[in-house]
Amino acid sequence: MSEEEDIILSELDDEELVQQMFDDLYDGLKEEIEEAVNILLERGWAPYNILTDALVGGMTIVGADFRDGILFVPEVLLAANAMKGGMAILKPLLAETGAPRMGSMVIGTVKGDIHDIGKNLVSMMMEGAGFEVVDIGINNPVENYLEALEEHKPDILGMSALLTTTMPYMKVVIDTMVESGVREDYIVLVGGAPLNEEFGKAIGADGYCRDAAVAVEMAKDYVARKHNQMNA
Amino acid sequence: MFKRSQRLEAPANVTDKITQLNDAKLTENGLSPTGETGRVLLLACGALAREILALIEINSWSHMDLTCLPAIYHNHPERIAPAIAEAVAKHRGSYEQIFVVYADCGTGGALAKTCKDLGVEMIPGPHCYSFFEGNDRFAKIAEEEFTAFYLTDFLVRQFDAFVIKPMGLDRHPELKDMYFGNYEKLVYQAQTEDPTLTAKAQDCAERLGLAFERRFTGYGDLETALKPLKARN
Repeated sequence: MSEEEDIILSELDDEELVQQMFDDLYDGLKEEIEEAVNILLERGWAPYNILTDALVGGMTIVGADFRDGILFVPEVLLAANAMKGGMAILKPLLAETGAPRMGSMVIGTVKGDIHDIGKNLVSMMMEGAGFEVVDIGINNPVENYLEALEEHKPDILGMSALLTTTMPYMKVVIDTMVESGVREDYIVLVGGAPLNEEFGKAIGADGYCRDAAVAVEMAKDYVARKHNQMNA
Repeated sequence: MFKRSQRLEAPANVTDKITQLNDAKLTENGLSPTGETGRVLLLACGALAREILALIEINSWSHMDLTCLPAIYHNHPERIAPAIAEAVAKHRGSYEQIFVVYADCGTGGALAKTCKDLGVEMIPGPHCYSFFEGNDRFAKIAEEEFTAFYLTDFLVRQFDAFVIKPMGLDRHPELKDMYFGNYEKLVYQAQTEDPTLTAKAQDCAERLGLAFERRFTGYGDLETALKPLKARN
């Protein structure tokens, strides 16, 4: 029997348990994460604190190691899947307990593109950071984006593309927003493997996010600036 | 006269070279040029080595030599442009012309910029799936076929090295739906008539849980792009 198999989560104190959750997220152990989330809830932890201290804290380590080339896509997906398990427990409780709300975002993959791994990671990390996220899925023509903006009035529009052949469509969406006179109403963030900062600027986006962690930080920053401007 | 006799002998050498090719080495290491016969160097992706050598043999393009970067750069497009720049610098003094046998290949325009800066030409189009199909035709069908996952002859042979292992599906088959849940079919773009490869491609589709379609493309725009590269006398 290995040392890991001997660990009984309910016997760990809070600090040890959170550390163990970091390890379990890193190893993509969904059931263990779900069990640990339930233990912390039973101990009276606020859902928002479990989310930020344990789940987001653990995924931040995963994200950093992915960026540094220590972890690769399969490991990140397993970790994300584990976090998703924990979030499924917490999500209904967050609204009930009045968790702080950072802002809102509509996010979708552009027309002709069915890739959603990056988009889903961003959605999850944004939710983890306290954003309300409306995910409109894959293969979105410009009409879908505009309808979702009109309906949900988010702070941020997020667009994702994995292909060099589909990423130019982001400009179509932004140009249409300009023509419709709504471009300035939203913060537009873009991301996807073949994109770069230069491309983001060229198409008129507010920011290019090279990964989910950057997306969250940029979103927080832009939303704070937007609120400051509105209050000025 | 000496040059001419050299050219006539070239196809036999090419046949030997094709026979000696090793897909695993093409994936990880690429291919070195012969450095003997060519005055036009084709600087290619290792995934195209067999097809290019076949075209050289069929057309008796004895003025061409071939070197390849590791085919696995297909999974790491950010490595392609710097590696091309390095290879061009290394071989430029030994050849009259260098032609880059890559399309954009996920570099987001970085390769085109590098080639322009270096004054070398490359294949037009987004990727090999497109130029094997024919860029014009692919552009038309891509609008309706974006739920297709493509494999070429080389990628069918190296399916585990390019798909299963890098995606972790050998260790975590449960990730399959996260990667391929939005795909509907696997299109095998066949460069050659090979029933064994077709069977393997069909098996690849089954492993990914996708419908299977085989489409014979031959060499498509690859041949069209290489044909104009004449020996300069």
